[in-house]
Order: sequence, then C-alpha cells, then structure tokens
Amino acid sequence: MSSVLADRAAESPLTIGDLQTHRSWRNAKSHLMVGLMFVAFLIILVPLVAVIGTVVSRGAGIVFRDFPDWFTSEIPVRRRAVGPGMGPAIVGTLLITLFASLLAIPLGILGAVYLHEYGGQSRSARVIRFLSNVMTGVPSIVMGLFVYVVFTINFGLAGVGGSLALACLMLPVIIRSTEEMLKLVPGHLREASYALGTRKGRTILTIVLPSALPGVVSGCLLAIARAAGETAPLLFTIGFVTKMNTNLFDGPNTTLSFQIFKNASETLAGPQERGWGAAFTLVAITFLFTVIARLVTASYQKRR
Amino acid sequence: MTTPQTGSLTQEATLNQEDTMAVDANETLTEVVAPQPVSPKTVFDLQDLEVHYGSFRAVREVNLQIAKNEITAFIGPSGCGKTTVLRCLNRMNDVIPSARVGGKVLYHGVDLYGPGVSATEVRRRIGMVFQRPNPFPKSIYDNVAFGPRVNGIKSKSELDDIVEESLRGAALWDEVSSRLKTSALGMSGGQQQRLCIARAIAVQPDVILMDEPCSALDPIATARIEDLMQDIKSRFTIVIVTHNMQQAGRVSDRTAFFTTEVNPNSDRRTGVLVEYDKTTTIFSKPADERTEAYVSGRFG
Repeated sequence: MSSVLADRAAESPLTIGDLQTHRSWRNAKSHLMVGLMFVAFLIILVPLVAVIGTVVSRGAGIVFRDFPDWFTSEIPVRRRAVGPGMGPAIVGTLLITLFASLLAIPLGILGAVYLHEYGGQSRSARVIRFLSNVMTGVPSIVMGLFVYVVFTINFGLAGVGGSLALACLMLPVIIRSTEEMLKLVPGHLREASYALGTRKGRTILTIVLPSALPGVVSGCLLAIARAAGETAPLLFTIGFVTKMNTNLFDGPNTTLSFQIFKNASETLAGPQERGWGAAFTLVAITFLFTVIARLVTASYQKRR
Repeated sequence: MTTPQTGSLTQEATLNQEDTMAVDANETLTEVVAPQPVSPKTVFDLQDLEVHYGSFRAVREVNLQIAKNEITAFIGPSGCGKTTVLRCLNRMNDVIPSARVGGKVLYHGVDLYGPGVSATEVRRRIGMVFQRPNPFPKSIYDNVAFGPRVNGIKSKSELDDIVEESLRGAALWDEVSSRLKTSALGMSGGQQQRLCIARAIAVQPDVILMDEPCSALDPIATARIEDLMQDIKSRFTIVIVTHNMQQAGRVSDRTAFFTTEVNPNSDRRTGVLVEYDKTTTIFSKPADERTEAYVSGRFG
C-alpha cells in the first residue's frame, strides 16, 4: 500500500493531543457563528419584551383598576370622560373575529386539501395557488376597500362586513400554512392506508389531516391572531358605536383594535388610558386563545 | 390505464370474510371482463407485464404464476424491478403518477388493470407490508382496527375480537395485550413490523404482499417474522420481495429471480424475469447461468 492516505497515516502516530480540541480557525469560526446567532436572538428579544412590557405596564393597571366594569360597561359617549370601559369593543372583537374564522378556516383547509391532495400540479391548482399567494401580499386596507365596495355600499355598516374583510385576509394564510403541513405528512402513512383498501377521501380524513393537525392549528391561530388585531379593513366596514351591538348583521359595530386607533389619536388623559387598556385586553385575549388552542391540540395528540 | 376506476358495478362489493376469496373475487371485482379459466390453485397469473415510469421502461415481459397458500419470493439485485412488479399485484403503482402498466395481471382470472376494476377493492383483498414499519400515529388497537373500521365494522365487541385475533395471528398479542391503548410508535422496530402484519391480517385479505419486510430489522426480529410467515401461510398467499437470499431460501416455496438488462444503445436498465421455479431448484440447480452466478454470490 503506497496510497497518499496510507502514507499520511503512517507519518505521525496518534497522540492524545490529536483527539483534543485544537485552537484552529475552524473552531474560532464556529464559536463566532454561535455567538452571532445568540446576539441576533437577543436583538429579536428587545422589541418583543419592550412591546409586551409597555402594553402590560401601561394597560394592566387601567384594566384592573375598574376590574369588572372595564369588561362590561359601555364606552363613554363623551370623549374627554375618564374611566371605563370597553365592553362593546370586546364583544365586537370576539364576534367579528369568530365569524371571520368560521368563514375562513373551513374554506381555507378545504381549499388546501384540494390543492395538495387533488389538484397537485394541474393547471387549475397552480393558478389558484398563485392567486392565493398574491392575495397574501394584498394590503389589508385594500381588502377593506374591496369589502366596502361590494358589501358595505349595498348593505350598510355592519360587523359582518368586517368579518368578510378579515376572512379575506385570513384565507391565503390558512391555505398556505395548511398546504405546507400536508406536504410534511409522510408518504408511507398514505401508502399504509391505501394498502388496507381505504379510499382517498377516508385516508385524508383519518390519516393525513390528524397527522397534520398541530401545524394546521398553528397556522389558523396565526391567522386568527392577525385578524383580531387588524384595524385597517374595519375602518370603513363596521363604523363606530359606543353601545353594545351583538348583532353582526345589523348596524355598526366596534372592536378593540379600532378603539385603540381611535383613542390613541386623542390627546386627553381619559381616552389615552382607554387606548392602553384596550391594547392590554387585546393582547390578553389573543394570548388566552392561543394557550387554549394549544392545550386542546395537545390533549387530542395524547389521546391518539 | 393505471388511473383508479370506480365503476358502479364494483362499488356494490361487500366484503364477506367467510366466503372463499376465489369466488368472492370473481363476483365482485368486476363483472365486465369474463374470467379466464385458470387452475384453482393459481392466485396471480402475470402475462407480459410491463411497467413504465414516464418514458422509462422499468420492467418488461414478466410472465409468472403465483400459487395459492404458498410463499413466493422475488429476489435479484437492486433496481431489477422486484418491488415494481410486487406493487403491480395490488395496484399500489397507481399512487405514482407517471407509472403505466402494460400486459395483464390476472387475479383469480380477473385482470386487475381491466376496465371497471376498483383499486380500493383490489387492495382490500390484497394487503401489503412495507419495507419500513409504518404504523399510524395512533394506538396499537386503533392501528389494527383501522382496516375493519374502514370496511364498516362498528360493533365494539366485534372489533375487539378482530384486534385480538389479528394480534395473535401476528404473534404479538402476548407482548402488547396489556397496552393496546398506548401509541404504536412506542414499540420496537420488530414489534412495529409485526403490528403492520397484524393490521394487514385484520382486513382478512386473500394475499399479503411483503416488500423487504425484514430489511430494517435485527436477526432475532427477522426470525420471528419468518416463523410468522410459515404460521400464516395456510390462510394467506404470500409474496415477498427480499434482498436476502438466505431468507428466500429459508421461507419460500417458489422463487423468481429478476435481473437488469442494459440496453447497449441507450444505456438504460430494464428489469427482466430470468427464472422462476421451486426454491430448492433455484438454489441447487438453476437453469440459467445468471441465476447460478447470483445465488452463489458471484454477482450482485
């Protein structure tokens, strides 16, 4: 044997030092990169902590000062008035977002199942996928304008108009994330199901969707959280009220996001306080729903 | 044509597990094609089977007959089309969009690729065990009960019986009877593969196809699966693809040797069936010198 490799091995007998970590350029580079990533992580943390910290420190006190009233009483009609509350906006946010989710989630998941499981790379599927991606990039205020033109002009200001605009925003996000999750379901699970004489539809319902469920739920949660905080599409679709309106289909409505926008643009102490309180309430509601959805998904996963 | 077809005639098929499958298959798979006379002991009759993936011809001119209640092994070097042929036997190639199947695959005299034949009905009768254990991310019980549930069995007691019988059939009951409700993914690889066999048994198939079922397992787990195959062959017809010649020699009654032929003009490889005979003949005095070279370890 006189190969290069064999010669090199014969040159130097192994010592314990060979197996220890060297001070080399490669090691230094590795440490440098890990360090950079850690710094990046810290930088990401700054706005995150700052936003949540500010909202909690300035909003929590206001919400809990008037604890039950904040959630139940109506918004003061006189702008300069000091004190609670946000009842109509909380109810409006919940109802409008809920109805938007009811429209967008089933449609989005079904659409994604069609695109991935049935459409594949066919022309129609590619066109739909492209349009859905384009829709992701449409500014939310344009969605609001669209709904204003096709809905609000004809039927007047109502919560449902806001729901429609939010659903239009959620739809592409849900389609995209669900399709990505369906792609991750291993092919061998589908094959195992087919090999038992299971039809495609049944395989999707009993094997593919349950396997993709955690990811699908994540995608939907992101979409819901985004929709709950959107203001622009609601500006000209839901109008403005200070009294409770539980009917989405009749009369103007209001939401927390809209109240934040409205109150934050006032210079007086009363509305400023209400703005911070509304911001805290919105963050808390979003957080609460995320936690609940995670727990439900986790318990579902455990049961299987 | 390889697209799954669901003609109205085939939709009426009901799975009667008590009937002999030969009669059942003829009645329900299709009523369009007149069954061709074959010996009652023949389950599969492959006639000039060819498979293309796109423009690439993966396998050509395979002719062989697979007998009832026997274990038939497909051996040969990598890329010779063993698995491709196996997947034609229950139309699993339908899943691959570019695959085209030519020639005939007669199952009890009925062409599986004939008009009106439903791939779903075919796979209900011809089960499959894959190379890598692929239990569903569900409990052990739900894995085995999946097939029966798909076939419309809802009664809890009936499902319990099927699950127990299938797990016993796969020599797994004693190990898992106390933890049927736990996840199947917590089992060892060998147990998972036996679970996959139990899952295949649970739908009462006529044939079980095995695609290198032991290649991901250690020798002890392999031995258990080989014993299991001997135990269940009185109830099922088994076709197994294996890379392991000793395994083919140990378990099978008949062996088909495939190899690749290189087209001198295009440098493309096509799988061909070289020889098909009793396993003892293939391993002791094969007719073809390529078989002899392969089984004696001089090639492949």
